[in-house]
Amino acid sequence: MTMCAQAAPLSQARLDDRPILSVKNLSKRYGARPACLDVAFDLWPGEALGIVGESGSGKTTLLNCLSGRLPVSSGSMLYRSESLGEVELSTCPEHILRRFNRSEWGLVRQDPRDGLRMSVSAGANIGERLMGAGSRRYGEIRSKALAWMEKVEIDRSRIDDRPSTFSGGMRQRLQIARNLVTKPQLVFMDEPTGGLDVSVQAKLLDLVRTLVANLNLSMIIVTHDLAVARILADRLMVMRGGRVIESGLTDQVLDDPHHPYTQLLVSSILEV
Amino acid sequence: MHDATIRIKAEGLSKTFVLHNQGGARIEAFRDLSLSVGRGRCLALHGPSGAGKSTLLKSLYANYKPDAGSVLVRHGDAIVDLPKVSPRAVLQVRKTTLGYVSQFLRVIPRVSVLDIVAGGLAADGVERGEALRRAGAMLLRLGIREKMWGLSPKTFSGGEQQRVNIARGFVRNYPILLLDEPTASLDAANREIAVKLILEAKARGAAIIGIFHDDAVREAVADEVFIMKGNGEKTTI
Repeated sequence: MTMCAQAAPLSQARLDDRPILSVKNLSKRYGARPACLDVAFDLWPGEALGIVGESGSGKTTLLNCLSGRLPVSSGSMLYRSESLGEVELSTCPEHILRRFNRSEWGLVRQDPRDGLRMSVSAGANIGERLMGAGSRRYGEIRSKALAWMEKVEIDRSRIDDRPSTFSGGMRQRLQIARNLVTKPQLVFMDEPTGGLDVSVQAKLLDLVRTLVANLNLSMIIVTHDLAVARILADRLMVMRGGRVIESGLTDQVLDDPHHPYTQLLVSSILEV
Repeated sequence: MHDATIRIKAEGLSKTFVLHNQGGARIEAFRDLSLSVGRGRCLALHGPSGAGKSTLLKSLYANYKPDAGSVLVRHGDAIVDLPKVSPRAVLQVRKTTLGYVSQFLRVIPRVSVLDIVAGGLAADGVERGEALRRAGAMLLRLGIREKMWGLSPKTFSGGEQQRVNIARGFVRNYPILLLDEPTASLDAANREIAVKLILEAKARGAAIIGIFHDDAVREAVADEVFIMKGNGEKTTI
């Protein structure tokens, strides 16, 4: 090995060699008004990508496009499905997207009331997702539901209670259990700690971080909270006016921001 | 790298901060720096406050983005130029090759001291029970008693947090270690232990680059001193 020669490429065998999601030139317009412009990125297996920016920056629109809940105006989103191989999401039929959303993908919303069914029991909330993915045996569904309640630190005795009787933090943890029970390979999170008291945020962040690491799933997380992004995301994209204005390793973007807007965002954080 | 014992080598490294929201002020931290550190060697960065020592260390860790130059790191069989590779490649290098011990402990409030220290050992393939045992032993060595292991270090004193930080860095066998004033808030006894840990890391072959505020510590651990005067000037003794 010679020292001054260029660096040898990092051995590819150590890294998974194909992205799970490859996005190119993605744009979304509402009439003439652009909400997302020319977004491009690759998401790799096991990687957590954070999308940060203020309200109106286009980050939630982007998440909705990626998760198939909003049609895109132009661009491509190539997804590597574990069951169907490569699928172009922007032109893929509705029933395929629904199928992904039922099993291979998870979606954790800011308000657990949007992601849970409040009028059925906690166990049924978890079980419904398993049944959507094809499980039919009641005993097995119930035992998996119990195991997941434990993983998200909800007392097993609450399995027959409705989430309407749960606290905000418990509801959010139940929503996470409901999403992860089918072992999705890709999870979208939209401000997962947004509605929670600060005291329960840390618990949730620790839980999400541990679960994500243990399951080796890929995650796209939208947040306006840079502290949340620092804990959960390997890599960040900063959005403003629908565009990605800066991206890179999370700690690099936060500690050495280059774009004027990112500098403003980072320097505006209040310290306790 | 030419010399197979070289573990980390920076060439032509430059860094200027541009503060867009403060009138576009440009602050040059350093210009055209080159250094290299081999197996079992320790290089101390030395110079007055504001000379760019921490900025250099952070650039070597890819926490800061240098404007020019390379940071070549021996990562297993490969040589990786950190400023030029993808974020996930940087994370891979940090996971197993390049360790960083800062002055400040940054953790999630709820995670216990024992888990913080044992956590990284999983990346080395150490089984959980053994990881906890090694983490405990390292914490004891640094005077963090067993009854504190289940607590979050958020409520610890500055010196205790610093010791948890040192334990977390030194429980792993990183081939390269970057140390940013690791002994800054330690008392004499704990400073001694930190010095021993650094010497042990060198003995097992780690290449170390550090900022050591304390003269005695620097003299005890450093093989070479890299003097930074600010404004890009530097000399190596």
